[in-house]
Amino acid sequence: MARREQRIEHLLRRAGFGGSPDEVAELSELGYHAALDLLVFFDQTPDDADQRIGTPGHAGVTTRTQFRPDLSITDARQRWLFRMVHTRRPLQEKMALFWHHHFATAYSKIADIYGGAVATRMLGASAGYNLPTGSPRGQIEVFRNRALGNFYDLLVSMARDPAMLVWLDGRLNVRGTPQENFAREVMELFTMGIRPSDSAPNNFTEDDVKAAARVFTGWNLAVGARGTNNANDPTLAYSYLYRADRHDTTSKTFSFDIYPGGGRTIAASGEQEGLDFLLACCRHPATGPRLVRKLYAFFVSELQPAPQAFVDRVSRTFYDSNFDMQRVLLQLFLSPEFQDDSAYFARYAWPVEFVVKAIKETGWAGFSVDGALSPLLAMGQQLFEPPDVNGWDTGPGWFSTGAMLARMNFAATLTGNQRFNLREAARPSKASPQSVLSFALERLSPSPFENAPYDELLAYLRAGTSWTGSDAELLAKTAGVTHLVLASPQYQFV
Amino acid sequence: MTPNRRQFVKGGVAAFTVSFAAPAFLSDIARAQGATARNLVVLYLNGGNDALSMVVPYTNSGYYERRPTIAIPAGNVLQIGTDASGTGVGLHPRLTGLKQIFDEGRLAVIQRSGYPNSSRSHFLGTDIWSTADPSNPSGPGWLGRYLELMPQPLDPLTAWNTVRETPRTLQSRFVGVPAIPDPRTYAFSSPNGGAEATYSRQAATRIASHIPVDRPHLSFVAGTAQAAFQTLDRVASVAQYQPTVAYPNNGLGSALRAVAGSIVRGIGTKVFWVQTGGFDTHASQNPNQDTGAYYRLMATLNDSLLAFYQDMRNQALLQDTLVLQFSEFGRRVYENGSNGTDHGAGSTMMLLGGAIQGGLFGTAPDLRNTPGNPTLESSNGDIRYQTDFRSVYARVLDQWLGTSSTTVLGGDFRSPGLSFL
Repeated sequence: MARREQRIEHLLRRAGFGGSPDEVAELSELGYHAALDLLVFFDQTPDDADQRIGTPGHAGVTTRTQFRPDLSITDARQRWLFRMVHTRRPLQEKMALFWHHHFATAYSKIADIYGGAVATRMLGASAGYNLPTGSPRGQIEVFRNRALGNFYDLLVSMARDPAMLVWLDGRLNVRGTPQENFAREVMELFTMGIRPSDSAPNNFTEDDVKAAARVFTGWNLAVGARGTNNANDPTLAYSYLYRADRHDTTSKTFSFDIYPGGGRTIAASGEQEGLDFLLACCRHPATGPRLVRKLYAFFVSELQPAPQAFVDRVSRTFYDSNFDMQRVLLQLFLSPEFQDDSAYFARYAWPVEFVVKAIKETGWAGFSVDGALSPLLAMGQQLFEPPDVNGWDTGPGWFSTGAMLARMNFAATLTGNQRFNLREAARPSKASPQSVLSFALERLSPSPFENAPYDELLAYLRAGTSWTGSDAELLAKTAGVTHLVLASPQYQFV
Repeated sequence: MTPNRRQFVKGGVAAFTVSFAAPAFLSDIARAQGATARNLVVLYLNGGNDALSMVVPYTNSGYYERRPTIAIPAGNVLQIGTDASGTGVGLHPRLTGLKQIFDEGRLAVIQRSGYPNSSRSHFLGTDIWSTADPSNPSGPGWLGRYLELMPQPLDPLTAWNTVRETPRTLQSRFVGVPAIPDPRTYAFSSPNGGAEATYSRQAATRIASHIPVDRPHLSFVAGTAQAAFQTLDRVASVAQYQPTVAYPNNGLGSALRAVAGSIVRGIGTKVFWVQTGGFDTHASQNPNQDTGAYYRLMATLNDSLLAFYQDMRNQALLQDTLVLQFSEFGRRVYENGSNGTDHGAGSTMMLLGGAIQGGLFGTAPDLRNTPGNPTLESSNGDIRYQTDFRSVYARVLDQWLGTSSTTVLGGDFRSPGLSFL
């Protein structure tokens, strides 16, 4: 079956979380390039999603007393899901998700040390939800603000991010007894990687890890705002502090180039040493290709490795633009690799992509995004709780039997909740099982159904009834067939 | 991590999906394949276990010199004897259940296990332990290869993974392993009730059974859904299991309770995967206080394993049960400035079960910072391995799973001294 606007739908699935019927229509009017401009240059669009929380016409949130995404991690998760469903800047949220996966930081470790309120603030505080004054923005806001900014700036922000300083123990990294946790992962996971393939030599050595740990001695944490100094005190917040007296001032030598001329030794220069090192990590010849491969898998296709020509081309932009992610992403979305229809549905939907797209396409009136939180955990993706610093195991890794059942069961919950709305929407199509099925497949956007599974959907609509189009029949069968489409293997691709 | 970590899955998904057998309750295939209760439970301690705090060389002065804050006092360890190097060895004080199992001769402790040029990366390290192939750690897992060697098509419950992601150890080129974190929620629901719900399940089952040959990624997901439907009813029977002992109320306890239920119900599973996390103790390791991070890790480990051991004994299935514990690396010999330990090399493996000939295998490292110390490496900062972990796998493959370790491991790692089986 021909889709309405295949290129626009493809773009919205990748540069966002799919489109509601209205959004697809709106962007289709503009055409591909104008739609892309709108998505990539999102600063021109107001960010009003938070103001719409709790207002009619939107998915709901479930509040216990007061909605506080800066104090309750459950509320922070709800806020993010709400934004994914209703933002007018979908690419900003999509990149925030990418960076959350790339700089994977988990709430539970921070909460173990500082309590849930402080941990939530470190991850989720924002301009709109932010007490006390003087508290730095949460990590997720850094990902939003720098979503398509400069990668070096983002990397520096992460090296100084309070949540990261707790997560990878930078807060404890001091002269004489350095802490290697951040030093290792900044090379292994955030930039160059261990090595491009099993047969290639390593990009860095164990001595590099030890030297990098010394570079970041003194990059610690301080109390930024404090009331009664109690872990649950809503006015307690932490911020980054460079402590010169805790910094190891001996020189550090690496196995790879730190400076453009080939210098490999960082001489004593205080906090600047860390900046020099992070810039060297960005400039490292393995960092661009590694990042581009990851972006290719996230935005273009998981069915094949990124073609070398694509990696070379986009990496060159990464380096030539001084790590400007807006330039990188624009090139990616304009590439023939992205626009070719072989890239349609060539990605395994992440659990949040599946959930948000299902909500956007099925409907949300009367549905609280809170109802998606437990199912997301069962699908293997709890926001602010990646399994480890390497992020989630994506692609086929999402699909175990248990996780597949969790997807099917979320679809059952959602369609059960939306059954009256679905019936009203389907009423004009009630003439026959075929027309109801056309309605469902038009409203949702699964990858194509071949004849055999299509016939199974039709058989379901016919099961136990000689079709009359009665209200009761339409209520049960519309919800039932929508559930089957959302639960199908075909729907698990974006 | 290497970029093409799942490439082999993608290349082989078409084969993968057809290998799921036709559904059958208490599968005929499982019976035909000679299902016995004999099983292997692999226990992964996620994060790099500080084995020196779990199995303590308490008579070695270097241990106290290099860990002034976090060493466990000699008087507190649970002594389990003197190893071949003459070092007195003791378990962490919270491991009273494991001490009891050791005293019954059913716990084998393999000190200084590892491999040459140990990776200090969580991810590469885990891949190496999982594939048993340091030169190609992006390939299928060692138990994935074992599953591949079994007669195909394989019953979909031959292996059972209790976490959501399929661990590399169980990844194969064409055998799928179900992920069943909790049998009680492993069910299919529908927006409607009654007959409509039945029609829904029938339709979803049939949709999943259409495996397109020319869309391998879709085949992979359809095959996964198909395996879910094929395992639903048997797993539901496990959810009804009433254990003979109380399991601790934590992730590892719940997982082992499900494993016990599966073994008791005799649904044909041969290989189980369980894991517990929190072992990446870079800071505030604190193994000596009952509120300390490492102390709590040991509490979880001890109480869960003891409950499982007792449950299996009460069910007269201990003789068929083997637990193999590993972690991706050991930790640094000396403590860091945060009362924690950084990533290191050699570690300690443990095996327990009714057929285990228990005891101390291998020798403890000498932790003194002496020139030329043969038991340490990296400027005496890390433990040098003595027993290749693949030799432990080889023993399990040959003596327990009844297969050929040289085939599965692609080399001869057999070591007669490892006589725990």
